[in-house]
Amino acid sequence: MNDMKVFLNGIIRENPVFVLLLGMCPTLGTTSSALNGLAMGLATTFVLLCSNVVISSLKSLIPDQVRIPAFIVIIASFVTVVQMSMEAYMPALYESLGLFIPLIVVNCIVLGRAEAFAAKNKVLPSFLDGAGIGIGFTLALSLLGAVRELLGTGKLFSLTLLPEEYGSLIFVLAPGAFIALGYLIAIIDKLRKA
Amino acid sequence: MLLSLTVICIVAGALLAGVNLLTEEPIALARKIKLENAIKEVTPEFDNSPSAEFTKVALPSGDSLTIYPAIKNGVPVGAAVESFSMNGFSGEIRILVGFDADGKIINYEILKHAETPGLGSKMKEWFKTEKNQQSILGKSLAGGGLRVSKDGGEVDAITASTITSRAFLEAVNQAYSAYTGTDATTGATMPDGQTGATDQQTDGESGATEQVEEEITITEEGGKR
Repeated sequence: MNDMKVFLNGIIRENPVFVLLLGMCPTLGTTSSALNGLAMGLATTFVLLCSNVVISSLKSLIPDQVRIPAFIVIIASFVTVVQMSMEAYMPALYESLGLFIPLIVVNCIVLGRAEAFAAKNKVLPSFLDGAGIGIGFTLALSLLGAVRELLGTGKLFSLTLLPEEYGSLIFVLAPGAFIALGYLIAIIDKLRKA
Repeated sequence: MLLSLTVICIVAGALLAGVNLLTEEPIALARKIKLENAIKEVTPEFDNSPSAEFTKVALPSGDSLTIYPAIKNGVPVGAAVESFSMNGFSGEIRILVGFDADGKIINYEILKHAETPGLGSKMKEWFKTEKNQQSILGKSLAGGGLRVSKDGGEVDAITASTITSRAFLEAVNQAYSAYTGTDATTGATMPDGQTGATDQQTDGESGATEQVEEEITITEEGGKR
């Protein structure tokens, strides 16, 4: 039961984007379409899972004084693995996301979970925490990407729903990211409290 | 403390070396396939392997362009030229332009760009679309480089992205001069001093465009084919 709580915590109650407001750079930068948001979310989830598991299993071996550099090395390794695999096996996706993948290293969600959760908990809860936060992040990015894609181009996952004339370009550009995120946070806050 | 960090770094390094070994080949393959697909897209049918038979053409600026020749039954039928412009709205634009043996544009592909999504990024389709004077396909540059209509040329710039359009056309023009300047077998004849085409170009406004224009010394003959 407690494990389930840890898992669900990251999805709703402590959703990294809508509640914790962490990792805003990839959130705003990569969500120009639903697919990009989803892919970025999944890549981050993979890194988060791996780093959480490795860090929680190594926590007794890592002295407190060097824990931050140790965490960063571990996270950066997994990010590089993701980057190389993506370029090798999903070149099309790599083309649209390539620029943002290395930035997962400095995504504060990953380091934040390592520091706040994985370094203090056992492997299984850390895994679930990583999964929960990762799924929450993926959902948030997909939702934001979907809203921006629909309002900006009238498409959803590249399927045309509305004629292109109805799209307003601003939602594809940076200002639209802020506007859409602001409204989504407001709506989700309202729903959470209701 | 030092030891544990060292161990972590060594393990991480070993892991990365392993993954690099595994992915090195697929990455090289994926890049090659991408390039070959782009070449196929922009050149006439060929039976050689352009991606292996490329030539490099040096530019006055010190950079170089790559030309992938398309040969069918031993006859050169055209080429794909990898060209670029540094004058895009957000830095470098890298394109692959295909010419037929007469130096007419067959097609183009954008290889790399960082233009504004929804504005400049439209160049992927814009200059292929047969609408007003957008399309550059089938155009011959023998009568002088292409310019946007705002600069007195005959190509419609992308709405709200004139800078991107200029940079794109600059890259196309550069590709053409590299193609014709080096390959005498392609039907576009070598310069013979006729500069009628270049004269009307000298009012081009950006420095980079002028540099390209100087290189375009193609005769009228080439253009009328």
